[in-house]
Amino acid sequence: MDNFLLVTIQVDMHDRLAMALQDDLTNAISATEARGVLIDISSLEIVDSFIGRMLANIAAMSRVLDAETVVVGMQPAVAITLVELGLSLRGVRTALNVDAGMALLRASLNGNGEPHDNRLR
Amino acid sequence: MSTTPLNVRSADLASILDRKQDVILAEWIREMSATVRRGDLLKETDLQSECAAMLRLMKGALQASNGDVQFQSPAWDGVREILANISRSRAIQGFTPSETASFVFSAKRPLFTQIREENEGNSEMLASLMWAATELLDAMGIYTTEVYQKSREDVIRRQQEELLELSTPVVKLWDGVLALPIIGTLDSARTQVVMESLLDAIVKTNSRIAIIDITGVPTVDTVVAQHLLKTVTAARLMGADCIISGVRPQIAQTIVHLGISLLDVTTKATLAAAFLVALQKLGITFSAAAKA
Repeated sequence: MDNFLLVTIQVDMHDRLAMALQDDLTNAISATEARGVLIDISSLEIVDSFIGRMLANIAAMSRVLDAETVVVGMQPAVAITLVELGLSLRGVRTALNVDAGMALLRASLNGNGEPHDNRLR
Repeated sequence: MSTTPLNVRSADLASILDRKQDVILAEWIREMSATVRRGDLLKETDLQSECAAMLRLMKGALQASNGDVQFQSPAWDGVREILANISRSRAIQGFTPSETASFVFSAKRPLFTQIREENEGNSEMLASLMWAATELLDAMGIYTTEVYQKSREDVIRRQQEELLELSTPVVKLWDGVLALPIIGTLDSARTQVVMESLLDAIVKTNSRIAIIDITGVPTVDTVVAQHLLKTVTAARLMGADCIISGVRPQIAQTIVHLGISLLDVTTKATLAAAFLVALQKLGITFSAAAKA
């Protein structure tokens, strides 16, 4: 059975909180043998390069633990800011909302287990 | 030559306006030739009340002025305001800026006539008052022209903003598929508008795929390509994939010659081909209806 973890970020992240999140998350992935992680940032109105890096790190750590990460709910203004900052978050998959994110994870895991590439070819 | 005591000038002009207002008003209106008056655009009664109000305000400002006439001072706020209103309304009605300025300048002769009548024999006073009156009316005329220019510039700027909005529509091709036809050059201002409209539409329509059609973009150089990639990246961050369609053969050549890397963005020559790819991605197929 596929276990997914849902993380909802609602407050401004600073160093220690981010570290704590990475800690908690990696422990949870291990304990539950989760195959997918959904990070919901729909409450974040401001995203800076720090948070961008944090999201990329979480995705990389999860992959090492054999779980795929999808970031969902990015607000348009946030997307524009990240692009202007030159952060494209390559390597982090994204979806419009939690439903779309779960569909993405299921599709990728129901394949032959290979990570599904959401870039169109 | 000795100068007239300073505080005489504005007080004297005010006094003339006070006592001779009706005469000056009548002559001023007569002075404006039929062409300046533009009977087709402005009614006689409206013109009459405009001129009367102007003279009244000028008199008030002169009385409040202490000596020299300083057109920019607060005492002249009322006059500047009425001039601005007249200038703006004339611009909207279709008067040329010269016609609007002439409205002010035609007050010179009536005013000078009164100044001359009252100061016959006192050439110093005469010259001094006429100079003050000239300075004043010149400043007023120039002011109407400046306001006119500014209001035209405001119109142009507003039209440019409207044009920017109109020329970046986002249309829904299918459930989950948006199309963004871009007409004209893609500069940074336009890119901002395009990104905002596209991302808002993605959220509103819950779309997973956006087709950016550049058939209407005349040239694609490194700057335009950067703008396109920014838009694609922003959409991707929100979970929507982009396909760029409408790539003309010349554009393909330019892209390669300039060494532009479109990374992993799918590009298609036609909107139709891009639409097919989008449908495939969504797992939608069409089958022929059975003939009856």
